[in-house]
Parts: sequence; C-alpha cells; structure tokens
Amino acid sequence: MLTISVYIALVAFAVAMIGIVIRAIKGPSAADRVIALDSLGISLIAVTALFSILLRTSVFLEVILLLGILAFIGTVAFSKYIEKGAIIDRDRRK
Amino acid sequence: MSLLHLAILLPFIAAVFVPFLFKGFRSIHTGWFVLLVPLALFIYFIQYMPVTSSGQTVSQTFEWIPSLGINFTAYVDGLGLLFALLITGIGSLVVLYSIYYLAKEKEALGNFYVYLLMFMGAMLGLVLSDNMIVLYMFWEFTSISSFLLIGYWYDKERSRYGAQKSMLITVFGGLSMLGGIVLLYIMGGTFSIRELIGMSGDLMTEPLFLFAMILILLGAFTKSAQFPFHVWLPDAMEAPTPVSAYLHSATMVKAGIYLVARMSPVFAESGVWLWLVAGFGIFTLFWGSFNAVKQTDLKGILAFSTISQLGLIMSLLGLGAAALHFDTLDENMYMTATIAAVFHLINHATFKGALFMMAGIVDHETGTRDIRKLGGLVNLMPITFTIAIIGSFSMAGLPPFNGFLSKEMFLTGMISVFELDLFNLNTWGILFPVLAWVASVFTFIYSIMLVFKTFLGKPQFDKLPKKPHEAPIGMLISPLVLVSLVIIFGFFPNLLSNSMIKPAVEAILPSLTDAGQEVYVDIYFWHGFQPELFMTLGIILTGTLMYATLAKWQGIYNRIPERFTINGVYDRGLDKSESGSFKLNEVVMTGYMRSYLIYIFAFFVAILLSTMGIRDAFAVDTSNLAEIRIYEVALALVLIAGAITILFAKSRLTSIVLLGVVGYSVALFFVFFRAPDLALTQLVIETVSVALFLLCFYHLPEISRKEERMKFKMGNAVISVLVGVTVTLIGIASFSNSQAFESISQYHIDNVYELAAGGNMVNVILVDFRGFDTLFEICVLGVAALGIYAMVNFRGVRRQKR
Repeated sequence: MLTISVYIALVAFAVAMIGIVIRAIKGPSAADRVIALDSLGISLIAVTALFSILLRTSVFLEVILLLGILAFIGTVAFSKYIEKGAIIDRDRRK
Repeated sequence: MSLLHLAILLPFIAAVFVPFLFKGFRSIHTGWFVLLVPLALFIYFIQYMPVTSSGQTVSQTFEWIPSLGINFTAYVDGLGLLFALLITGIGSLVVLYSIYYLAKEKEALGNFYVYLLMFMGAMLGLVLSDNMIVLYMFWEFTSISSFLLIGYWYDKERSRYGAQKSMLITVFGGLSMLGGIVLLYIMGGTFSIRELIGMSGDLMTEPLFLFAMILILLGAFTKSAQFPFHVWLPDAMEAPTPVSAYLHSATMVKAGIYLVARMSPVFAESGVWLWLVAGFGIFTLFWGSFNAVKQTDLKGILAFSTISQLGLIMSLLGLGAAALHFDTLDENMYMTATIAAVFHLINHATFKGALFMMAGIVDHETGTRDIRKLGGLVNLMPITFTIAIIGSFSMAGLPPFNGFLSKEMFLTGMISVFELDLFNLNTWGILFPVLAWVASVFTFIYSIMLVFKTFLGKPQFDKLPKKPHEAPIGMLISPLVLVSLVIIFGFFPNLLSNSMIKPAVEAILPSLTDAGQEVYVDIYFWHGFQPELFMTLGIILTGTLMYATLAKWQGIYNRIPERFTINGVYDRGLDKSESGSFKLNEVVMTGYMRSYLIYIFAFFVAILLSTMGIRDAFAVDTSNLAEIRIYEVALALVLIAGAITILFAKSRLTSIVLLGVVGYSVALFFVFFRAPDLALTQLVIETVSVALFLLCFYHLPEISRKEERMKFKMGNAVISVLVGVTVTLIGIASFSNSQAFESISQYHIDNVYELAAGGNMVNVILVDFRGFDTLFEICVLGVAALGIYAMVNFRGVRRQKR
C-alpha cells in the first residue's frame, strides 16, 4: 500500500518537474527561470525523500538537508544578481 | 689508449691550446705553432710505411662503449695510411702556406687554426677507424669543421650561403650513411668493417643489402661532390684559399672516395654497386669538366675540375670492382682500374693542391681571380707561372707529368669495359670510354685556359685592383714542393708503386690477395701503340682545336636557363620547401581553438571508429541489463531536454540556468543509483559552479553581450553527433564485454569494516584503500586555488607597462 502511494507521489512529482523544466526553458524572464530552478530544487527534496522510503534507507536524509540549504542560497544569490548585478558586495559602506 | 690513438687525437688536443697561443704570443704568427702538429704526425705515419708495404696491418682497440659494440679501433692498412700521409703531408704544406696567406693583424687566426686542426683530426680519425660508428662520428666532424671553415669570413653573405649549402648537402649524406651503417649492423651484427668484409658473401643475400648499399653510397656521393650533389663544392670556394686547397681538393672531398674504396670489399660483388659507382663517377667526370670551361673564376674552374677528377677516381673504383669476378690476376686487367684510381688519387692531391695555392697567390698579388681581368702575368710572376703550367699540364694529362700516367691508365681501364661480359656492360658500357674521352677533351681545354688566360695574352694591369708582383718566397714553398712531387712521381712512378699503391690496392681488393695472388704494380710511360695512346693524341688535337675556337661555341653554355641547372633546382627546392612549410603551417595552424578542437575530435572519431571497425568490436549484449524503471526514464527525459535546450538557448543566462538543471538532474540520478556521497558533492559543486558561471557572465564586456543564438554549422553538428555516437557505441560494446572479468569490489565489501574500521565504503576507499589519489586531488584543488588567487591579484606587470 505504502509502495503504491509512493509511486503515485513520484509520478506526480515527475509531472510537476517536467512542467517546471518547461518553465525554466521557456520562461520569458530570468526571474521565471530562477523561480523554476528553486521549485525544481524543492521538488528534488521531495523526490529524494520518496526515494528514501522506496529504497528503505536513511542515507539520503543529508541530501535532503543540503538541497534545502542550496536551493535557498541559490535563489538568494540569483535574486541578488538580478537585482544588483553582483552577488558579493565589495564595498560595504554603500 | 695507444700511441696511435693519441696521434689521431693530437690535432684535437692541440686545437684546445691554439686560442691561448693566439692570445699569448701576438708577435708570432699562430700558424708556426700549428705547423708542428701535422709535421710530427707526418713523420710518425711515415714509420708505418714498411709495415704496410710488407702486407701487414696494425690494429689498436680502445674500448669506448663496448656494451653497444662501439670501440675506437684504429686500424692502419695501405689505404688508411695513404690517406693519413696525404692528410698530414698536405696539411703541413697548407699550414705553411696559410702562414703567409693570412695576415697576422687582420684575421682571426685563433678561429682559423682551431677549425683547421679539428678538421685534420676528424679526417685522420675517419680514415683510420675500423668501427663504422666512430667513422661516422669523425665524418660529421669533417662536415662541421668544413662548415666553419667555409663560413670563416662570416660577414660575407656568399660565405654564409656556401657554408649552409655544403652543410645541408653533406649532412644529408652523412645521415643517410648512418642509416646504411645501422642496416649493415642489423645484417652483420657488428660495426667493424673488417668483420663485415669477412662475411660479405652472406650479406649479399640479405634483403636489406641493397638499401644499405644505396644509403652508404649517398653518403659517399654527397661528400665527394658526385653528380647531382656536386653543387655545394663550387660555392664552398668562398672559403680562404688554404682551406679550398686542403679540404676541397685534397682531403675532405676524398672522404667519399675513401668510403667507397673501404666498403668495396663488402658491396662490390653486386652488379648494382659497379653500375652505380662507375656510372655516377663517369657522368660526374663529364659534367664537371664540361662546366669547368664555362667558369670565369680561377677557383670556380678548379672547383669544377675537382668535381670531374673525383668522378674519374670514383668511376675507376667502380670498374675496379669487376676484378672480383675473375679468378686469375694474370689476365685481370680490371685490377688496372683500381691501381689507376689509387694512383690518380695521389696525383690529384699533389697537382690540385698546387693549383689552388697558385690561384691563391694570383688572388693575393693581383686582387682578383677573374680570368677576364687577368692576363700577361708571365713576366711578373715567373715562379707562379711555372707552378701553374706544371700543375695544369699534369691535370690535362700531358707527358712527362704524373697526370699523364694516371690518365693513360684511366683510359686503359675504360677501354677494358668493352671486354667485360658482366651485368650487361657490353651493351651500355660503350658510354664509358666515350664519356671518358669527351671529358678528357674538356679537361684539356680548361687546363690550358687556366694557364693561358691567366699568365699569357695581353696584359691589362689597369683592370687589376693591385699592382701585381711575385709572391713572397714563403708562400711559394708549398706549391713548389707539390709540383716537384708532380715531376718526381711523373718520372719515377715506381717509387710509389710498392710502397703506397700496392698496399692500398690490396686493402681495396682483399679477396684477391687472400687467394694468394700478388698485386703487381708497374707503371710505365711507353706501352707501345695501344688504343689509349691514340686516344691521348686525339684529346690533345681536339682540345687544341676547340680551345682555339672557344669564342665561337662558348655560347652553348648560355642556352641552359638558370632554372634548370642543379643549382637552380637546389635554390628553388629550398625556397619552395620553406614557403611550402609556411603555407602548410598557415593553413593548419589557424590560431583558432575551434579548428584545433575539430582536428582533435575528428581524429578521435576516426581512430576509435576505424579501430572498432577493424577489430569488429561492436557488440550488443542485453543479457546482463537491469530493469528499466519509470522514474529513471522520466529523469533522463528531463536531463535530455535540458541539455538539448542549452544548444538552442538564446540568452547566455538561460544556458547557465539550464546547465544547473542538468547538474541537479545528475545529482538526482546519483540518488536513484544509491550514491549519497556523490549526490551530496554534486549538489554543492553544481551550485558553486553555476554561481561562478554567473560571475563570468556578469563580467562580459558590453559589446559582446549581444544576445544571439549559437550559429549553426554543419561540420560542427556532424562532428558532435559522431563523437556522441562513438562514445555511445564504445560504452555499449564495453558493457557487453565487461562480463569477462569479475569485479574486485567484493574485496572492499568484505573488508571495509574488518580491515579499515569503517561503515561508509566510499569514504573508506577514498581515504584508506586508495588514499593516494585523494592526496593528489587535494593537491589539484590547492593548486587551482593558488592559481586563481595569483591570477586575480598579480596583474601588476601589464598595468605597469601602460
């Protein structure tokens, strides 16, 4: 029963990811793509978690945590880049 | 190391001290010190004469690289000694002459004598080595020292041209010879010439025999200025006259003759040898004498005359090989050819040396060597005139000088070709006496020209740069010694026959003497009304007639355009090979990275696909495949879609983001295939590198940030598809064949806790089982970090320049 529901969830996420990738490819503005990338990262978290259930292992929990951090950092970096053109400010007085 | 070795190396040792003598004793001409070396050596080598004339030889071995069979074996027999005496004897005379020829104040005498002594030592080593590698070493030494001597006045353009030309041609020949030597070593298993001679019969049947022969002959022909490699010799006349006299008439150009004579016992059984050596020799004889008449420069005439006389000796050596095919010596008239070759070798060294010195004197005392400006010097320079007339008449083959004797023997040898029924000689062999006779006529003409145009005729002193007068006595000593030898050998040729010629001939044709036959050398003036006498009379008559009418037929020389002369071919060849290389370089080395990548990928595809095709390595084995799961397919589709879209993305930012998509998909694949460590690392690395790409993108200059799609290029598309196909095919094939060996991973699984006390197998492999790789990957990262730091921070140099 659990396996079947995990499979259903996986398929759903796969469909979602394909949609996200299409947005990343098409996405008229850079912001669209960054959002798509962010949601792709979050979907990855979900897929990884589902897989851990499917494979009956706990070794991928670190991957989930890492993905969460990276997706956040990446999105912030992209946003800052789009906003200011630089990710790390050189001059702090401004 | 015996005294003999020391004698060979003495010139090299002495050369070391020459600069000190030159700097230390400015008031004394350095040549006086140098003169002692060849004199001492001449006296030393004279002592070997009784040994060789009694048919014995001396051999001393000094081990050099015994493990490779390379030993400095000094071997003195009749042939080697003859050359050694020529080298040291004429060497002494040339050094004496150069003392008066080269001014102490103006010339860099230190350089001159170092080069000259180097050459002398190299030549001695060449003729007295039994080991072919040592012989080759000295051979190249002569090439190098000759190069240095020709370019002695290095500020003159013609000198540098001549030096380069002679270097290219002789080194080309030298390297071919090295190839021949190596082939002989492969066949015979030894570098020793004597041992090779011993097995010459077996060598004949080897498949490499012909190649070895041709390569060795290439070496000999280039060194001895045989057609068509003779072109370097006339240009080598830019050297100081003592050098021309020594190197380019008496010694170095005879190194090829020596090599042919030395290797005759190895190769001469073959008919190809006879045809090649005699054929090229006789044509060189004709070509050299024909072209000598055209020259207007004294040394130019002498250069072409040297070429032609070397051809004469070469053709005699070639015909002499026919002697090996007859058992009895009594009727063996082909022996005459070899005797004539050796005799003419000596004669040529004497009269040509004298003539070169004469040309040097004329140049030194009048300021020009152009025969169109010279004339009527007989009253002003009577001694020089005497030298010239004796030398020239000997060269022309007139009695009573030694040239007459060797010319008669030469004609005898050439006529004997008629009676030879070997190797089709009785058909085309008719060319030999005909060419020999025609060449002799031309020889007669230019010899006469040399004397008459210089010393007789109308004086035209107003054209001369200097006021002519007789040379100082010191300068005249050497040529006088040489011409007196011309006369002595002319009247008493049998002085030489048993002491020098006989041992030399025995060395050239050892198989005949080994059979218990005695070489009988008797040179005489009068042998009755033989055909050769009438030929000589014909030469003199025709020659005189043609000389008298020279002005009428000299026009034929201008008929041959410059392009088709061998010099023209050489010059254009050099030009073309240079410009051709440049063009090729320009076409291939475009400077664009994309071209080089295309070459690399094209070769990658071509080599791998053709190898797989040849070895029939395409294989598809589906027996061991895992089950395909739906989420793998889905993820693969995502990855493929991302990767393909990168190609068609319009903006660079899209590409970067899509690359991130691909990277994250790969990370997810790692999850699917149960590689948590890889997934972790991949995620972090992918994020960092996407950030770095963004950094690069931001710093693109405004002008090139124009957003446009990648241009489509058919070639690139084809290549990239092919690369993909190749890699895929190899992947499939190698997976299909991978079941041949068991994986070693079971060992890691079994021992990860037992031996390494770890639960994470990937990490245990990284730091324990194969920790070395990790160490150096840490190094790579360290170097990369340092490199980035250095590139970012140390930009000072370029800025300061601005």
